[in-house]
Amino acid sequence: MAETLIVAAGLHKSFGVTEALRGIDLKVNQGEVLAVMGPSGSGKSTLIHCLAGVLAPDEGRVVIGGIDVTSLDADQRAKFRLARIGFVFQFGQLLPDLTALDNVALPLLMSGVKRRAAAVRARKMLDRLDLANQVSKVPGDMSGGQAQRVAIARALVTEPSVVFADEPTGSLDSVASERVLTAMLDAVREAGTTVVLITHDPRTAAYADREVIVRDGRLSAASREALT
Amino acid sequence: MDKTPALLGLISEGSTHGYDLKHRYDSVFGTGRPIAFGQIYATLARMIRDGLIDALGSEPGEGPDRKRYEITQAGRAHLREWLQTPDTPSPTLHTNLFAKTILALMLDDDAEALLDIQRREHLSRMRELTTAKQHVSLLDRLAIDHALFQIEADLRWIDMTSTRLGDMRKEVRHHG
Repeated sequence: MAETLIVAAGLHKSFGVTEALRGIDLKVNQGEVLAVMGPSGSGKSTLIHCLAGVLAPDEGRVVIGGIDVTSLDADQRAKFRLARIGFVFQFGQLLPDLTALDNVALPLLMSGVKRRAAAVRARKMLDRLDLANQVSKVPGDMSGGQAQRVAIARALVTEPSVVFADEPTGSLDSVASERVLTAMLDAVREAGTTVVLITHDPRTAAYADREVIVRDGRLSAASREALT
Repeated sequence: MDKTPALLGLISEGSTHGYDLKHRYDSVFGTGRPIAFGQIYATLARMIRDGLIDALGSEPGEGPDRKRYEITQAGRAHLREWLQTPDTPSPTLHTNLFAKTILALMLDDDAEALLDIQRREHLSRMRELTTAKQHVSLLDRLAIDHALFQIEADLRWIDMTSTRLGDMRKEVRHHG
């Protein structure tokens, strides 16, 4: 039976008078790819920000790999994220003046890996994502799909336990989306990495092992039923 | 899919036997749903009767029937007309899901739950098709993409309906 990696229990989060999360319970298994779906404003981004330790929930707990993320202070959470979590955003958010190689090596350098070793690992990850011929290019000289695969390489290079991807193909056309998703999921499945993927697009969700729907800050009834 | 013009199109590629035609059909159009030999021969007989193809006589070889078939001038005209005639979009205006949703609203049942359950079923089918798509030819990928886009259209309807349930409930009751 698959081991549980992420446990979220009773998550509540408000911004002023707006209740973004209203009691979410969720488990994600080691190596599972979970799609989080839901309309705009439903709370799905707040949910993954709480899961990833970017935001602290007002109530509830998040445990990742046995570590209670909600008990950590802001500094400890930042260190935890750097060591254990990868992020992929809709627009990649690569540093525009750095080459693909330097962008991918950056989180390793921030973790204290020596420059030469970081470059070797970054090159290997770029090669894994079929980007060997893009290492010296800056993001502006790549296609949207290539830049997004560099962003995925950057998220995976630290060998995180879990990757949170927020609409990773939202800015791409269908064909580029397929290529990016296939590359990402081949790499994470090979490494056994857990992925929590926010998407409003059912075609993207179809690449996941399972989906949950967030509506008005809660999981939909069918999603809750599927968890039991 | 209308099998008669599809078979006629394959015959128009060049004269062929019933046996080869079945295999050609399965490889191009038969993803998961191969055509039966019986249906091939019944369709060939109908097309001969209607003057769309000619039977050219038998020759020795593999398979139960080595009769060759060739498209006629009338067959080419028929095929051309079929190719250039648009299909009616969305022939089904009132689906089962539409009826279930309306009845759930009328009977004060949980319409949102039934939409959720249907959404899960659709997403599950999309997942199966997406997995299948990874290991097939480009031709089969096209067929699977078509199915995926159709399921996606249903999902968009489900999402939109789900956000309008409150207003629809009022309207359904008003009509009652």
